[in-house]
Amino acid sequence: MQSFIGVLFDGFAYGMLLFLLSVGLSVTLGMMNFVNLAHCSFAMIGGYVAVVLTNSLGWPFLASLPMAFVAAAAVSVVLERTLYRRLYRSSDLDQCLFTIGVVFVSVAVAAYYFGTVQQPIDTPPYLRGSVELMGVSFAVYRLFLVVTALLITAILIVALEYTRFGAQVRAAVDNQRMARGLGIDVDRAFAITFALGGGLAGLGGALAIEIIGLDHAFAFTYLVYVLIVVAVGGLGSIGGSFLAAAVIGISDMAGKYYFPWLGAFLIYLVMVGLLMWRPAGLFGKR
Amino acid sequence: MASASGHLAAQIRWRWIESAFWLATLLPFVVTPAYLSLASQIAITALFALSLDLILGYAGIVSLGHAAYFGFGAYTAGLLAKHYWGEPLSGLLLAGALTGLVGYATSHIVVRFRHLALIMLTLGLGLLLHEAANSASWLTGGADGLQGVKVAPLLGFRFDLYGRTAYAYSLAVLFLCFLISRRIIHSPFGLALRGIRENLVRMPAIGAPSRAHLRKVYTIAAVMAGMAGALLTHTTSTVSLDTLSFGRSADVLVILILGGAGRLYGGIVGALIYMVARDQFSGINPQYWYFWIGLLLIAVVMFLPNGILGGLGALHKKSR
Repeated sequence: MQSFIGVLFDGFAYGMLLFLLSVGLSVTLGMMNFVNLAHCSFAMIGGYVAVVLTNSLGWPFLASLPMAFVAAAAVSVVLERTLYRRLYRSSDLDQCLFTIGVVFVSVAVAAYYFGTVQQPIDTPPYLRGSVELMGVSFAVYRLFLVVTALLITAILIVALEYTRFGAQVRAAVDNQRMARGLGIDVDRAFAITFALGGGLAGLGGALAIEIIGLDHAFAFTYLVYVLIVVAVGGLGSIGGSFLAAAVIGISDMAGKYYFPWLGAFLIYLVMVGLLMWRPAGLFGKR
Repeated sequence: MASASGHLAAQIRWRWIESAFWLATLLPFVVTPAYLSLASQIAITALFALSLDLILGYAGIVSLGHAAYFGFGAYTAGLLAKHYWGEPLSGLLLAGALTGLVGYATSHIVVRFRHLALIMLTLGLGLLLHEAANSASWLTGGADGLQGVKVAPLLGFRFDLYGRTAYAYSLAVLFLCFLISRRIIHSPFGLALRGIRENLVRMPAIGAPSRAHLRKVYTIAAVMAGMAGALLTHTTSTVSLDTLSFGRSADVLVILILGGAGRLYGGIVGALIYMVARDQFSGINPQYWYFWIGLLLIAVVMFLPNGILGGLGALHKKSR
């Protein structure tokens, strides 16, 4: 029973990490129908920024997290304004291929500057160790992760549901042409959303180092997981992504704990099954 | 109707440049005998790309998991040669047939979806098979690959170190499959496939059963991909887990797009350029190889939407 709760908690924390990595992609995909397979490259940028700041420049870990957000957001908005916007009207396939090209380039650049080894990161002492609660021990870092993710979810939901900008974004996701007709500056809303999504991925990448590590191939390895979360959750749905990330995280962790010989088989099975049941995702509209 | 069949008949006529191309494929035997192994790898990759072209270029099914059929064919041929008999031709046909069965079974799932769900499902099915092969190490050897594959001589010719038999074998199978594909896409069935690619909803309205057609072409493509995998097993005498990997699915997609999807020769030209370039760059760190491939992909999507062959065709039209 204790190990069951432990697995549940670890899986949930892992799921929250996946949520941070994928929520930006879900919103931008729902909004512009742009298949951005390079989303995890932004996460990788955030991760490397955090590594360089803490390890080489001696910044405290917590201070490097906002910088990871800012750097990834800046890079993503520059890419969006210069390259991506030309492809909004292209086919799914063209967008896929173009962004796979971006992933290849980012992986090669990361290997060039940082080598192909796993990057270590120094977490401060107060985030290490574990606390005991009702006979079950919880890792402090994972608690920190869960709290951060819940906080960000709350902020996102409030920002999208109760602000003017959020209403514009939701309108653009639901019906872009109508939103334009009503005078909403969809391009501006999209650029900001894209930066926000890239930034959240960067933050996720920085937070992920302690749990799943960071190497040059990160943009590829976790792309599959992020796509699974987005496809299962449904495009443009924050609640859907949250639920999907939790389900995927817990089933992956439980699979690895209880059926280690199955490897990642279980998570792919969950994904294929969910997609066949609901092709547009759990909360998808289309 | 007469004009439609006349249109098809005009397309199927064999042009001189095609004959010249296939004659040129024999050149490696005399010009570059040291590179025959590479040439046979190119022919196998070209066959794999051709099979993807049938479903992606002609029928519009975007697949990120096509390596599933390649790997299934490779493992089938490998297991046959290891446990039962090593005669390659029967192994090739059996591997193709069994892969076709798997393709037919999965086609019922695949043709029901479009767009992102389709991409994700093909990706998911590919990953599923990869993980299954990885876990079932008692059968497949897991991450170490399948060892102990013994391939018997092909019609009396042994698979030599120089790759003479390997290249002749791969090239012959590629050519046969090419002829079949050429016949298929220039038939009314092939025309219907292109119609489905352009408008999935309208085709049933004018009397073409879209899903049945898609299932058929998907099965044919699976057979060809399985035979390409079997060729790889026969010419290298090993099967690695890599034959099922996402990387292989992505590579073949890149190759096809580079050459030009929806053109019979796109996959072949793409395979030629990609494999030769990779062979030349292999001395350098493979990481940098992916840098150039990435840049190339970006450039092709931005400036050459129909691949190299499409670009050449446009140039040719302009010059006339």
